[in-house]
Amino acid sequence: MPDITVLAATGNLMVSEALRQAEPDVIAAYPITPQTAVVEEYSKYVADGRVHTEYVNVESEHSSLSACIGASAAGARVATATSSQGLALMWEELHIASGMRLPIVMANANRAISAPINIHGDHSDVMGARDSGWVIMFAETAQEAYDNTLISFRIAEHPDVQLPVMTTLDGFITTHAMERCEILDDEVVKAYVGERTPINPLINGDKPVSHGMFASLGNSYFKVKKAERAAIDASHPIIKQVGDEWANICKRPFDYVDAYECDDADFIIVVLGSAAGNVRAVARDLRAQGIKAGVLRIRVYRPFPAAEVLEALKGAKAVGIFDRSDAFGAQYGPVGLDVRTALYDLPARIPTRNYIYGLGGADITIQTIKDAFDELQQLAAGSIDEGLCYLGVR
Amino acid sequence: MASIKELSLQPERLVGGHRLCGGCGASIAVRQVLLGARDTEVVVGCATGCLEVSTTALPYTSWDTSFIHNAFENAAATITGVEAAYKGLKAAGKIAKDKEIKFVAFGGDGGTYDIGFQALSGALERGHDFVYVCYDNGAYMNTGIQRSSATPIHAWATTSEVGKVIPGKPQKRKDLTSIVAAHHIPYVAQASVGNWKDLVDKAEKAFAADGPAFLNVLAPCPRGWRYESAQTVEIARMAFRSKFWPLFEVANGVWTMKEVKEKELIPVVDFLKVQGRFKHLFKPEAAPLLEEIQKDVDEYYAYIQRMCAASAQ
Repeated sequence: MPDITVLAATGNLMVSEALRQAEPDVIAAYPITPQTAVVEEYSKYVADGRVHTEYVNVESEHSSLSACIGASAAGARVATATSSQGLALMWEELHIASGMRLPIVMANANRAISAPINIHGDHSDVMGARDSGWVIMFAETAQEAYDNTLISFRIAEHPDVQLPVMTTLDGFITTHAMERCEILDDEVVKAYVGERTPINPLINGDKPVSHGMFASLGNSYFKVKKAERAAIDASHPIIKQVGDEWANICKRPFDYVDAYECDDADFIIVVLGSAAGNVRAVARDLRAQGIKAGVLRIRVYRPFPAAEVLEALKGAKAVGIFDRSDAFGAQYGPVGLDVRTALYDLPARIPTRNYIYGLGGADITIQTIKDAFDELQQLAAGSIDEGLCYLGVR
Repeated sequence: MASIKELSLQPERLVGGHRLCGGCGASIAVRQVLLGARDTEVVVGCATGCLEVSTTALPYTSWDTSFIHNAFENAAATITGVEAAYKGLKAAGKIAKDKEIKFVAFGGDGGTYDIGFQALSGALERGHDFVYVCYDNGAYMNTGIQRSSATPIHAWATTSEVGKVIPGKPQKRKDLTSIVAAHHIPYVAQASVGNWKDLVDKAEKAFAADGPAFLNVLAPCPRGWRYESAQTVEIARMAFRSKFWPLFEVANGVWTMKEVKEKELIPVVDFLKVQGRFKHLFKPEAAPLLEEIQKDVDEYYAYIQRMCAASAQ
């Protein structure tokens, strides 16, 4: 067991520490609430000479990801951090980063999207990026934000992946709340993350390369996009492999999903991020009353771990899918769409209800979660219908 | 300053076989600017536009030097990311301390004056060691001659049409070179593909500058300006000779201008009348518009002269 430092830390601090230990050659970032503490903390590391990172204080998030793309194409290890409107401003560059197959690690402090403007936690920002070709992970805790961030470098820079990775944590709940956390020694972490070996970098000494080509003629665009689909699909086993490697070092488990009491559960709630703890607490209470409740928390959201989700849900009588954002105009919220699509592969149909909860940082209370579990029992009994509902709007 | 013989021996970094139009000013600008880097390794960044689409059609590239295109509005942000990587990799000991690489970004006037303006300003303020080159052909030529903030007043463009009540673009062009000079970076210059010696000389100074440098290079477009492709260099020279496009530089805050000699001077109408985009100005009723353009040109030239006099050492 390596030496560890135990400290009281926020999620933002844990992301900063993970970035310091992975020590990117370039960080280009722009401040936005509630990510700001990450870039502030990193500025101290730079000012104190603790890292060799070239720290680029850009004039917008569009430029931060643009500069990261240039730096990654040049061959550097690259990271950034953002949130909400910043992530939205990066939309164009999100697709370019993945389309150019450039490893970049980006922390996102999950926050509501305007309008109306709201600085608090939900998943409206990251869900807008869910199909942009990035590997996406959701942390439940500050500790997991640290672990996910470190694992992200190994996924992104893996020779068979070469994709950007988003490591996300919920705004304020995880970014700002202080928890007991553990940081492993720098040497241990550096040995784990290793160094990036770039493929065809711009700065390579002798061989000129062209990046960001024009692919409008013939079939070339189509081929590149097929390769991108293959790459993110191929990342699935690699995520587990490098995640397990870290789990063996830090002695904390890693999996695509965190299935709590799902094996024999009749009623399961699927949830992402910081709300999982409250849902587990309710499930525990219900178990004490003889109700077989379970919780499935999805940690790796893209590529979507459909097989692992199915394995956990296959014996349930009813499933509640929690979504901290809506997909307006679609039948369900983003997680609702993904989980229901996965469930289609089961021979027997499991009824679901899709709960939109906690938008703009609205509290998700124990009582509202109990209400949802109650509804799942009614759903299984056939006394209410499937569908989408907003949970806890006063 | 290298002789033309020496320059002719320099390696070409933008090689033949690209798909730019005959007479395109952009490729002339790029080749002359890159001569200014001499033998030093160069990484080129490029905004979306004619230059990019015509030189990088997958699976071919016309660039015999490392090249990156990202998007339209972020050539400055992208190339400064590359430059930051160079510094970061040096600090990490992953590339040799004495390894010298130059970084240059090319963007058209749409990608520089308009949509890329914020990224350019940010990159200049941050002080990266790079050269930004705007090849200014005065409109969005790649998408089909739409007006930009570089389009001259009263010029025809497909989004500033000449009609019964409006005679082309109503607004004056943005003075981007002066705006860049207000960033007080080491080197800023306005040049033209019609004056190769002046351009290569300025490119050499730009690459040699310690910090950001900016070149605004007039690069006529036969399609957009409506003239025969053999006339590009001649028309660019007329832009200078008519004072429409003053050739000046701001080196560490000192403004100097290549004055138009009396025997070379031509009225601005001579420059305008050879271009189809101004043909509506040569109807009798448009005479006041021509007078207005001449007045604007003279005023701008006088402004540059005043800046030169005020900053003279």
